[in-house]
Amino acid sequence: MSAGDIGKRSKKEERHMLWQSVKKNKVCYLMLAPFMIFFVVFTIVPVIMSLPMGFTDFNMVQPPEFVGLSNYTTLFLSDKIFIRSIRVTIVFALFTGPVSYVLCFLLAWLINELPPKLRTVFTLIFYAPSMANVYTVWQLIFSGDMNGYINSFLMNAGLINSPIQWLTDGNYVLGATIVVQLWISLGAGFLALRAGFQNIDRTMYEAGAIEGIRTRWQELVYIVIPSMGPQLMFAAVMQIVSSFTAGTVAQNLVGFPSTDYKAHTIMTHAYDYGWVRYEMGYAAAICMVLFIVMFAMNRLISRILSRYMD
Amino acid sequence: MAQVNTARLRASNRQAGRKIGGTAAIFIFLTLLGLFMLMPIYLTVIMSIKPVEELFIFPPKMYAIRPTLDNFREMFSVLHQNRVPFSRYVFNSLFVTVTVTAAQCVFSSMAAFVLAKCRFPGSRVINGIIVISLLYQSNVIYIMQYIVMAKLHMIDTYAALIFPAIASPMGLFLMRQSIGQVPDSMIEAAKVDGAGLFRICWQIVMPNQKPALMTLIIFAFQAAWNIQAGSVVFQEQYKTLPTVVSQAASAGLARAGVAMAAAVFMLVPPIVIFMLAQRQVIETMAHSGIKE
Repeated sequence: MSAGDIGKRSKKEERHMLWQSVKKNKVCYLMLAPFMIFFVVFTIVPVIMSLPMGFTDFNMVQPPEFVGLSNYTTLFLSDKIFIRSIRVTIVFALFTGPVSYVLCFLLAWLINELPPKLRTVFTLIFYAPSMANVYTVWQLIFSGDMNGYINSFLMNAGLINSPIQWLTDGNYVLGATIVVQLWISLGAGFLALRAGFQNIDRTMYEAGAIEGIRTRWQELVYIVIPSMGPQLMFAAVMQIVSSFTAGTVAQNLVGFPSTDYKAHTIMTHAYDYGWVRYEMGYAAAICMVLFIVMFAMNRLISRILSRYMD
Repeated sequence: MAQVNTARLRASNRQAGRKIGGTAAIFIFLTLLGLFMLMPIYLTVIMSIKPVEELFIFPPKMYAIRPTLDNFREMFSVLHQNRVPFSRYVFNSLFVTVTVTAAQCVFSSMAAFVLAKCRFPGSRVINGIIVISLLYQSNVIYIMQYIVMAKLHMIDTYAALIFPAIASPMGLFLMRQSIGQVPDSMIEAAKVDGAGLFRICWQIVMPNQKPALMTLIIFAFQAAWNIQAGSVVFQEQYKTLPTVVSQAASAGLARAGVAMAAAVFMLVPPIVIFMLAQRQVIETMAHSGIKE
């Protein structure tokens, strides 16, 4: 028997074995099916259909026309506002991402240290902002006239003499947006971490006490964090998504476009070209760039987390 | 032996090993931060019960001098001017929300169990796709979704509101992460006892997953409750509450007040669900846990 024969046979065998293991696991596929059917039809298919759009000129009226890489060359070589939006997005994500991630974990842990009755109340208090859709009240809080809550507070306190235009002054728009984003950012990640804390087996704490753990800090470092890996990973992914794709906050708060494009994120730029100018091909290219950035970010963070977890 | 028992006793009463002062400090810190977090929501509620003339008082008051329900009345009167009775919107929203939440919980739990605990051809690829689909956000997707729905003749039906919301990669990801923590030995033991995967999932794994499942219910309810019908449903009889309430908010006379009333009105059901679900989580923790 020659080496080639063995190669052929093992390939055939491999296929046979694959089929065997598919058959052996048919219950798995059955249990996966209901989710996957909806997922494929309403997420995967639209995503695949959207992938080539970045290489086209598409205005939603005429059929898309293939233009090669021209969207991407325009984007990086001549779209000055896009370059600016990259900078805004990075500043925004660097501020909101890590701060809110640490806040999510810290608050979830501190709440867990309270008696059970109080936990529900505090979880609700910190989670409520992400449920509420109250941009209007933030506009009133930051309002540029003397009636704004912040302005009237600062003026009564004698700290400023004339009202500050929080939402239209180029120096403040990004800051105001970051504040509101942080306020609503204790969302999915925070709640998942709370659930993770509830999931830790009580016998772990008991074993810890026997092993000589005495303080909250020791418990946090030796018991809690090592058993929260999956939830920390979930929260990290959620954080990446929410800090990089933020755009609605700025649009609702400081208007669109913001003064000097100071709060103009990549997502806002995509919104501009997609839904204002109907240049869908160009908008798709913008989203593609954002996806690649987020994908790289996710790789980096999961590598760091998995190094510290096990 | 006696030594171990005292340690167990102390540990099981978790407050015993720690200082009361520390807990009090945490409580005070969280209360102060919590007041700050609640401020905008408090102001929203206050403004929703302020009469029009009070909205423009300087300096702005932190309370309503003469509280009134006019804003709510105005919102409902705008809503009642529609051709379709108000109860129809309530029904639509409840129907869509309950269906989506139930389907999402059942389907994601099963899929998450299989993806977390079984190795089969394709499992790694699907696990990867779930995370990638969370990261891929494109404005073109909605157009493509519309095209898919149009091809399936779903536009202007309940299906257009319900079906796309059922398979949420976030919900699946959450459940998968949590089920992954269940010790393999527990599942192996059940297999040895002759239980099938379906039974292992629902009778052994899921009863231990209440914290994650309740969190999923909160997410699912919240997302489904806020489904905007605007672009996939054009007939008035299929529209949901968020669509018409935001219409009412922008049509009201004193717009700020009515908008606040609408926001408060829409916030109540998710908060109720949140309280119910969270209480479940904490009650189960009192007498169960994952045992290896």
